[in-house]
Amino acid sequence: MKRAIPIFVVLAGLLVAIAAANPFFLEPAGFLAFLKRVAPLAILAAGQYFVIVSGEFDLSVGSLVTVEVVVAARLIDGDEAMTWPVLALLVVIGLLVGLVNGLVTTRLRVPSFITTLGAMLILSGAVFLWTGGAPRGALSQGFRVFGREGVWAVAILAVVVVAAVLLMRADFGRTLVAAGDNEKAARLSGVRVDRVRVFAFMLSGLSAAVAGILLGGFAGVSAQVGQSLEFQAITAVVLGGVVLGGGRGHVVAAIAGAFTLEALFTLLNLHGISGALEYAVQGVIIIAAVAVGGLRLPALRLTPSKV
Amino acid sequence: MTGRVVALVANPTRAVYAALIATLAIGWALVAFDGGTFTLNDLVGIQQRSAALGIVAIGQTLAILAGSLDLSVAYLISLVSLVAAETMAGQSSNILTAVVVALGVSALVGLVNGVVITKLKVHAFIATLGVALVIRGVLDHLYDGPAGRVPVEFQQLGYSRVGPVPVAAILWAAVAVGVWFLLRRTRFGNRVYAVGGDVEVARLSGVRTDRVVIAAHVLCSLCAGVAGLLLASRLGAGAPTVGTDGGYDLESIAAVVLGGTALAGGRGGVAGTVGGVLLLAVLDSVFNQLEVNSFFKDVVRGVVIVVAVAVYARRTGRRAS
Repeated sequence: MKRAIPIFVVLAGLLVAIAAANPFFLEPAGFLAFLKRVAPLAILAAGQYFVIVSGEFDLSVGSLVTVEVVVAARLIDGDEAMTWPVLALLVVIGLLVGLVNGLVTTRLRVPSFITTLGAMLILSGAVFLWTGGAPRGALSQGFRVFGREGVWAVAILAVVVVAAVLLMRADFGRTLVAAGDNEKAARLSGVRVDRVRVFAFMLSGLSAAVAGILLGGFAGVSAQVGQSLEFQAITAVVLGGVVLGGGRGHVVAAIAGAFTLEALFTLLNLHGISGALEYAVQGVIIIAAVAVGGLRLPALRLTPSKV
Repeated sequence: MTGRVVALVANPTRAVYAALIATLAIGWALVAFDGGTFTLNDLVGIQQRSAALGIVAIGQTLAILAGSLDLSVAYLISLVSLVAAETMAGQSSNILTAVVVALGVSALVGLVNGVVITKLKVHAFIATLGVALVIRGVLDHLYDGPAGRVPVEFQQLGYSRVGPVPVAAILWAAVAVGVWFLLRRTRFGNRVYAVGGDVEVARLSGVRTDRVVIAAHVLCSLCAGVAGLLLASRLGAGAPTVGTDGGYDLESIAAVVLGGTALAGGRGGVAGTVGGVLLLAVLDSVFNQLEVNSFFKDVVRGVVIVVAVAVYARRTGRRAS
């Protein structure tokens, strides 16, 4: 958890800066609006964390979010009665895509970068093949309430955070980190590496389903709803001090990374650096954060040996 | 017979060319069945279309062989097309300056990528993604649409032919042969394979690993720069979306991996990448002839990439065990 301290300091600093620039942020309504905006990315970051800490990547979540939203809109088509069956179907789709990603990666030994890159092409191709090129249909009010009402979004986010923490404290979490840290050692000590990795991919797929449900309500139906979310989620996780390649990092820090990224966007917007230069600033900050994190690691590791 | 097939697939480079010939044959048959014909013109078109991706993928091969990867190439291509077209400003006398400036910018971006990865020890994925975002920000800030103008003389690069062969294809072949020579016949090439294979072992054997990775990134960015010049000559101007519209970042990585180069580095080469790019281009061309839905194309492309890598993985797995 020590590695995660910098991200919380940075996040606190950003939140203070936002509050200073915009006092509305401190009021319940303002803060709730912020939480609502963060929720989808934070949930995706939690899902991506499981995959990354086990030593893999999931590039398919952006397309998967788009698929979830487009499928929901076409199947519900404004019919309230369809809301709950479709919600259940979305969760199944998410788990299924994760299962396939996991099996292809572990059983066929395709690097997850390629597996999920392929899944990204297949998913976005397939869903628009099905709808004829553009999203069709409409979401029901019952569906949109999850992403639109701040209370729902925050409640779902809270459930995800608690579930993620409990999972990482359970045997699953320990074996997952062990698999990412040293696959061979984990295998020799009896960890079913393939099985925990498949499960991690399923959790990532599930997180994309939940994020899709929230984004469908929050942002509405479009073909671009999930665009580049995979890179944002990976960025958030890495900002939280989780190491690409696996074995190191905490899930709460990964989620804090998502908060930090969103807080950064908010702050840049408040100061009028919107759109264009936002990307440039984001790029510099990501590199800087990871570089600083990398430099700090050896220092932290030395402390216990001195004592 | 089966022994021969196994031997054929045992080498990924041979496998990708076997797949290429098979795809050409099946594609030709399908197109003929559909009532069309697959002519020499289509083959020329394939080379024309794949030249830009081919050049980027050659550079990407270098980065991946060295155990790295480059996600910034797509935005760099857009940036180079704009820098070149604006420097030329429609004057043929500016061509040489523009090419030098454009390649200078590319080399600089490659240098930044390499230094961030080796000296700041940032994972290549994050480093090049960050650099890509920085370039994107600059592009969005400075340009709303196409800018600059390319003189007619420079447009020859994109469109003219020597006999039936497009100049673009010759350029691609030249880059491929150059990098092949570099990888197979020089010490630098050996070092790239050594660093990509095991960076610690390479370091302990006296290779200055940082320099090798930086050089690989500079060369990778230079290739992207050449592709940017080629696209600018074809468009007659620079465009801020030309690189991302082509999806050159992920597509070039896919082509490299399709060509049998291991994503982890140290194994593979230029010949496979050329085959991978041609395979993607032939697929594209056959689908165009059959007027297949473009979304279906994406699905097939995704399946082909994953299946190909799964086949290669089976092979290496058997050898290891």
